[in-house]
Amino acid sequence: MRNARQAPWALVALTALVALFMVAPIALSVMAGLVNNYSVGLRSGLTLRWVGEVWENYGNTVGWSLVLALLCVAGNLVIGVPCAYALARSRSRAARLFEELLTLPVAVPGLASALALILAYGTLAGFRQSFAFILVGHMVFTLPFMVRTVASAFQKDELLSLEEAARSLGASFAQRFLGVLVPAVLPAIVAGSLMVFTLSVGEFNLTWMLHTPLTRTLPVGLADSYASMRIEIGSAYTLVFLIVILPVLWGLQAVGTFIEKHHGT
Amino acid sequence: MELERTRVDVVQCAKTYADGTRGLQPTDLTVEPGEVLALLGPSGCGKTTLLRLIAGLEAPDAGSRIAFGGTDVTHLPIEQRGIGMVFQHYALFPQMTVEANIGYGLKIRGVAEAEHRRVVGELIDLVRLTGLEKRRPAELSGGQRQRVALARAVAVRPRVLLLDEPLTALDAKLKESLRDELAELLRRLHITAIHVTHDQQEALAIADRLAVMQAGRIVQVGDGETLYRTPTHPFVAAFLGRVNRLALSDGGLHLGGLDMSGLNCAPGTTGLLVRPEDVEVAAPAPGWGLGSVERRSFLGDRVQLTLAIQGHAPLVADVPRDHPARTGETVGIRIARDRLMPLTETAP
Amino acid sequence: MSVRHGGFAPSRALLAACAAPAVAFFAAFWLLPVALLLALPARQGWATYFTALTNTRYLQSLLQTLGLSLVVTLATLVLGALVGITLARQRFPGRQLLLSLLTLPLSFPGVIVGFFLILLGGRQGVVADLTEAAGWGRVTFAYGLAGLFLAYLYFSLPRAIGTYTAAARAMDAALEEAARSLGASRWRVARDVWIPQLQATTVACGAIVFATAMGAFGTAFTLSAKFEVLPITIYNEFTNYANFALAASLSITLGLITWLVLWVSRRVA
Repeated sequence: MRNARQAPWALVALTALVALFMVAPIALSVMAGLVNNYSVGLRSGLTLRWVGEVWENYGNTVGWSLVLALLCVAGNLVIGVPCAYALARSRSRAARLFEELLTLPVAVPGLASALALILAYGTLAGFRQSFAFILVGHMVFTLPFMVRTVASAFQKDELLSLEEAARSLGASFAQRFLGVLVPAVLPAIVAGSLMVFTLSVGEFNLTWMLHTPLTRTLPVGLADSYASMRIEIGSAYTLVFLIVILPVLWGLQAVGTFIEKHHGT
Repeated sequence: MELERTRVDVVQCAKTYADGTRGLQPTDLTVEPGEVLALLGPSGCGKTTLLRLIAGLEAPDAGSRIAFGGTDVTHLPIEQRGIGMVFQHYALFPQMTVEANIGYGLKIRGVAEAEHRRVVGELIDLVRLTGLEKRRPAELSGGQRQRVALARAVAVRPRVLLLDEPLTALDAKLKESLRDELAELLRRLHITAIHVTHDQQEALAIADRLAVMQAGRIVQVGDGETLYRTPTHPFVAAFLGRVNRLALSDGGLHLGGLDMSGLNCAPGTTGLLVRPEDVEVAAPAPGWGLGSVERRSFLGDRVQLTLAIQGHAPLVADVPRDHPARTGETVGIRIARDRLMPLTETAP
Repeated sequence: MSVRHGGFAPSRALLAACAAPAVAFFAAFWLLPVALLLALPARQGWATYFTALTNTRYLQSLLQTLGLSLVVTLATLVLGALVGITLARQRFPGRQLLLSLLTLPLSFPGVIVGFFLILLGGRQGVVADLTEAAGWGRVTFAYGLAGLFLAYLYFSLPRAIGTYTAAARAMDAALEEAARSLGASRWRVARDVWIPQLQATTVACGAIVFATAMGAFGTAFTLSAKFEVLPITIYNEFTNYANFALAASLSITLGLITWLVLWVSRRVA
């Protein structure tokens, strides 16, 4: 007998249907990238030639996306964590205003932010045509996530006491920031970094506007292949995306869980 | 471990917050070298504010002065005052081991490796945490954490040790056993310590002298026994132990037949106070007052009687555990003259 | 009781120094550019700011985007809530794996979702194969409104499912037990206990889903949908017609609406 806490069959069926809708295309895409001929299907046999062709034509986009994402995380850590601390401790109106402003890049469509960047810096040819331009776009979009996540961790009461305790033992600002405060908010920093990395690797709306044929990221390459290549190559490229992003996502999540368990807060 | 004994002088210290509230009225206080002083009072009385001013976590109003052993420290921030502080929830660094926590202050000062290890080892033995050096705070019990916090604060040889309600975060039974341990430890260290609490038992057990505070000022300072026996202010009498209020009429006390006149009360005395344990309860006798037992509560080590008295508010009396009085009985009441405490309703 | 402010707290100079790099970066690469963007349409006259409302073609695009986003948001919230709560309360082996699979698409760029819809409902799609086998001819839906809707649903559901699963787990079981002890049926429990508790979550989640749908570009781009949404219009104006001022004006309108919805949802919370 199903107890009242368990869901009625209708809901379970609905859940199964939705799960199928969400997961089937992923499976389909993986299959399509590995078969010899999509219209024939699995009977045409499995092959890695499409993946090979993808690597030939678009291999460098994978590397660039990863590098960009890592630089994005690094940049966010360097400028975002101290900023989060300042916002958490500051009582001034300027701080509150800046916090509000930081919510804007998320509200404004990526397209608009990209247009704005092109308008402001499009004439600086060297900058405009480099990966730095895309990096800047990514950082501006991801900075609010890092700052918000870490700032709310800094505001916890326990952290105020920790800081006072460190000060009572004579620690200077640099000593207590790096030795006590940052380790104490490490879970939030890891969570923020994970978010930033994921956002950067998957970012398309901004990047499509900012890219040039020589500065292409993985999503940009994907769009290109979907438009101009056969379905097997598009699928194989999607498979490459999944292979790249999944282990990283899971690895970072595992790191996060590990740190939380052994962190002792 | 021998620590320096420093005198603490607080002169006309006041604190007004940004929103205008007065956390502390201009206050004077002296703590003798090597003495343990408790700041005792209800929440909002200003005791934590005063402690944080002495610590250097807050800046006092203009005209205030704080000195340690004669040196003016009023304008020094906490990092430079050379104090040790134990926080209410201990504020142990969660990702550091017990050893690392205790040695943090030494690390900041760049103490040599050998000396560092020696001091940390000595302290771990002193607070009886041997065997737990490599543990993290999350793996320790409340009492163990408190000891780590204490060891950490003392490791850097502070001139003054400040404790912010160190036992509040513990449950009742643990509180009692740790209270005695803490008192013993402070006595052994001979360090000047200021200890904030709202628990009068704690203050009486640990401190040499108490400063009772109310609404931002110190009401009375003295050792526990003096404050208990001769409170100069009804607030102190009521805070340190319990009291009954007795009404005065024509300079005398009339309590259900008990007549005590000619008490020679000082002018301005509006009433009298008497502690429950000083109310004698026995079988009715000539010369004694009369009352009836409204309620009887057995409290383990004593019995508390609520006595209804004609023409007067009920009195609470504490009697020994085996006292025969039962609910509903009529009993005799007597109070010794020297146990009466005058009540002057003047502003502190 | 705030005994925390005053005196020797970290100095303003120190806090300013901590925030300075981020502020400078943000000002240089977002505030300034957006300010320039806001000023751009004025070059073609003040009326340019209202093009989205005055020109029927752009107005239609705007209304279509609004309509699609609203419908997607509602569908997502309902489905997401039902699935999220079911998953939170039903224990079965592999539940954690299913949950991570269902929230995986959060990391996908919109173009992948468009591609998935083509795999499902395109000319060589699975559904086309199935309907052909059933004798109804090859049915393709990927390039029309249905395909766009399903694609938008695909990238919105993970967020709702994730949010509702977490919120359902955080719901106070004691409230539900109290209701049941008073005789409430399952339906009444849902109505009187769950819905009020999930109200805040719903508003916040709905706002984000709506904002994401309004600004979505990659999905419609890959599907080359005939149902034109505003981000595509903006893109076309900029790339094909080099009409920067007009693109800016439409972007401002889009950004304003999205920001307004998010702002209102935060106030309501």
